[in-house]
Amino acid sequence: MLTEETVLKPSEVTVQNTIDKRKIRQKTGKAEWFHKSLILLMLLGLIIGIVLPLIQLFLEALKDKNGEYVGFVNFVNYFKTESLVQSMYNTLYISILTGVISVVLAFFYAYALARTQIRWKGLFKYVAFLPLFAPTMMHGIALIYLFGNKGAITTGFFGLFEKIFGSTMGIDIHLYGPVGIVISEVIYTFPQAFLILMVAISVTDYRLYEAAETLGSGKMKKFFTVTIPSIKYGLVSAFFVAFILSFTDFGAPKVVGAQYNVLATDIYKQVVGQQNLSMGSTVGIILIIPALVAFFADRMMQRKQSTSFSSKSVSYKIVKNPWRDKAYFVYCLLISLGVLSLIGAIIAASLVKVWPYNFSLTLEHLTFKNVAGNGLEPYFNSLYVSFITAILGTIIIFFGAYLIEKTRFMKITRQLSYFLSILPLALPGLVIGLAYIFFFNKPVFEVPFIGVYITNPFQSLYGTFMIIILANIIHFYSVNLITATTALKKLDKEFEPVSESMNIPFYKTFCNVTVPMSLPAILEIGIYLFVNSMTTISAVIFLYTADTKLASISIVNMTDAGDTAPAAAMSLIIVLTNILVRVVYEFATKKIRNRAQAWQQR
Amino acid sequence: MKRSILLITAMLIFSIFAAGCSAKSSSGGKKEEITVYTAIEDNQIPAYMDAFEKAYPNIKVSLVRDSTGIIAAKLLAEKDNPVADIVWGQGITSLMPLDEAGLLEPYNPKNIDQIMPDFKDKANPVHWVGMDGYMATFAVNTVELKKKGLPVPKSYQDLLEPKYKGLISMPNPASSGTGFLTVSAFLQLMGEDQGWEYMDKLHQNIGIYTHSGSKPAKQAGEGEFPIGISFDYPSFKEKESGAPIEVVFPKEGSGWEMEATALIKKTKIKKAAKTFMDFVTTKEFLELVNKNFAVVSEDLGNPLPEGYPQDLLTKQLIKNDFQWAGKQREAIVGEWTKRFDSKSEPKEE
Repeated sequence: MLTEETVLKPSEVTVQNTIDKRKIRQKTGKAEWFHKSLILLMLLGLIIGIVLPLIQLFLEALKDKNGEYVGFVNFVNYFKTESLVQSMYNTLYISILTGVISVVLAFFYAYALARTQIRWKGLFKYVAFLPLFAPTMMHGIALIYLFGNKGAITTGFFGLFEKIFGSTMGIDIHLYGPVGIVISEVIYTFPQAFLILMVAISVTDYRLYEAAETLGSGKMKKFFTVTIPSIKYGLVSAFFVAFILSFTDFGAPKVVGAQYNVLATDIYKQVVGQQNLSMGSTVGIILIIPALVAFFADRMMQRKQSTSFSSKSVSYKIVKNPWRDKAYFVYCLLISLGVLSLIGAIIAASLVKVWPYNFSLTLEHLTFKNVAGNGLEPYFNSLYVSFITAILGTIIIFFGAYLIEKTRFMKITRQLSYFLSILPLALPGLVIGLAYIFFFNKPVFEVPFIGVYITNPFQSLYGTFMIIILANIIHFYSVNLITATTALKKLDKEFEPVSESMNIPFYKTFCNVTVPMSLPAILEIGIYLFVNSMTTISAVIFLYTADTKLASISIVNMTDAGDTAPAAAMSLIIVLTNILVRVVYEFATKKIRNRAQAWQQR
Repeated sequence: MKRSILLITAMLIFSIFAAGCSAKSSSGGKKEEITVYTAIEDNQIPAYMDAFEKAYPNIKVSLVRDSTGIIAAKLLAEKDNPVADIVWGQGITSLMPLDEAGLLEPYNPKNIDQIMPDFKDKANPVHWVGMDGYMATFAVNTVELKKKGLPVPKSYQDLLEPKYKGLISMPNPASSGTGFLTVSAFLQLMGEDQGWEYMDKLHQNIGIYTHSGSKPAKQAGEGEFPIGISFDYPSFKEKESGAPIEVVFPKEGSGWEMEATALIKKTKIKKAAKTFMDFVTTKEFLELVNKNFAVVSEDLGNPLPEGYPQDLLTKQLIKNDFQWAGKQREAIVGEWTKRFDSKSEPKEE
């Protein structure tokens, strides 16, 4: 090429160059235009899905009951109302306690799986993830059957122990109230904390232990000077995740909270019980604040985190120690039994005729006749919603991550989009749901104080499945965006510039390189969206109508009406569905995932 | 390639809209469709709806069923853009505030003259029409009380005895019609001051406040909280299903509540909605209601079911001032919430 060029006359060279340049500019011009409009479209979507509803919620909090703007009166009233402030303390107390317990339990569990030679590791791992497949109410319902006033454990298996051992051996833990909430929340947050800590523990550099050994440190010292510091970010992150999850959870306090009020149930009571929508919005705004603080604190911590794990790192060598293994085995066994006994209680409650007076088996509760549900219809609605959420959500989220991560234009717009994409992490589902009612059911928007009216183009979404799907996608947006971004970051930055310079249109690169290489992450996002849409209540409790009732909501309705056994049955069906979907997914995609990951192996 | 991407994008966008609109477009056909919000107990609805669908096969009814509080909240939240055409079987005391907010459309159903005067609005045309009444009862689990060696409580006064501490459940008046009628009965029977004083004492014995009015009866059936302050229907139902329940009508008299139906004010009132209003005042419908409720809005001449006191209408039911209760609802619920719902400190044992 070079030699040919040198032979060319100068005049010819310039002509050649300008032609080339024009050609290239034209190509990039189109791609640039397309990229830019997609980025703007994404930002617009995020504004409609997140910012505008939040503004509407905030405006609502500034109104009194008659819809007049009254400034911050609601907030002042809130802090004057002792009972409401008490709920805030209660919520903080519950969340901090949950965070601590959950992190401690999950740490030793993860430690056992990563650093000991116990048996049944695979089993323990799967059991730890089980609570992820269930709506949070299920933990509460199961606890009632185990520890309630007539629970199996409270009554010593209904007096069976009394007959055998001469004593009931019943344990009454006074379930209703903070005890019940904290136990439910710990079960709910345990898998998430475990997941984070498992990752943190498995990347420790063994050379540090060798160094400590050489210096003559004892076991305890090694634990506190090597193990803990090397995973401190994981610990903090796990704590924050558990904190936020329990801070904003609605299902567990609803079932076992009794008179112990927390912010999430306060919103529900204000809106539903007292029809005080403006106070409901006010509590909603207050609910965001600590979650937001925890969220930013976590982000800050993560930024500080520098990897102590390098290419020279040596992976952890497990030393033989039968006594340690025995202790950890018992520990893991106890926790697994705890989790499994919840599922066991739910199964038993679903199949028993009249708990605790008639233990003959029946399938009656699984028909959902004559109870506060609508038969199995909500279940099929849930399947539909979860399926569409998984498909649409995966496309939107992955494409969003791609635009933020892999395009070159409009840096500030992309950064803004990234911020908005991460924001839902700090938004409780209830807040999203409430904001959506206000935003999507307004026929006309009034821009405050200047008297301009805009007709709402999205109002037709209200009361449809689409608004529920949209709320779900936004609710689970951030977590999955992070998954997608992490996967995209693994891909070399040069794929795009190289293909661009080779005149390969970006969508070809996207379809032939980016998507296939990120396929495991994409599938993971899909399954996450499906499972969570099956179990969520908080975002959708305010959004459903007669035609769009979901299985999780029918659980709330049934427990409210006192139909606890059918509620247990519905929880069981949801759990089984999610497990089935996960198992089918694992088998069906094994080949695809292996092929997609082949490039990472040698 | 480019074209196919465009095509896919277009199809995607189309499918989003299609999914969004499907709930509406599916209603095409010739059937007229109305949306009915109702607080009627789930297990009663199928029989009523079967009768309606038989009589009017061309009307498709979509039902939103929830507790009284949620239904009222939904209607208020959707005030600017009502979804419901009818609110059916809503507790009268939470229907009154909706009427005051101007949400109800006046309409005289066909058989309005047959309805007893106490069971319909005084205005003409009426804003609402009643269908039945339900009353406060205790559902008491005899097996559990026997185990503890306790007698069955017969009156509200009995419930204050310390031996029942932690055994009683009662619906929260903020979310449950039964809860509200119970509280409003305390205030009407004993007078405001003594009523609140009574509730202060009762609160000491309450094990749990529930969201709905039927839950205390069901919890009594399960033995979880053996004394449930509930209402007649679920109490008897629980007994029928085989739970060891005794239904007690409190000696002092029972508070009661009416379930009523009303048209929702909209820009266009559907003909089918009026047809539905006519239907809920027919003898055929009220006969069905009578199977679940001892008291209905028309005198059908049927005897009271077993287990009810014979002097039900004359003595057992208190003189209930719905107008007062409806007007005072917000204040009463507010006061109750302040006193009892807020005691959020963990109970010291």
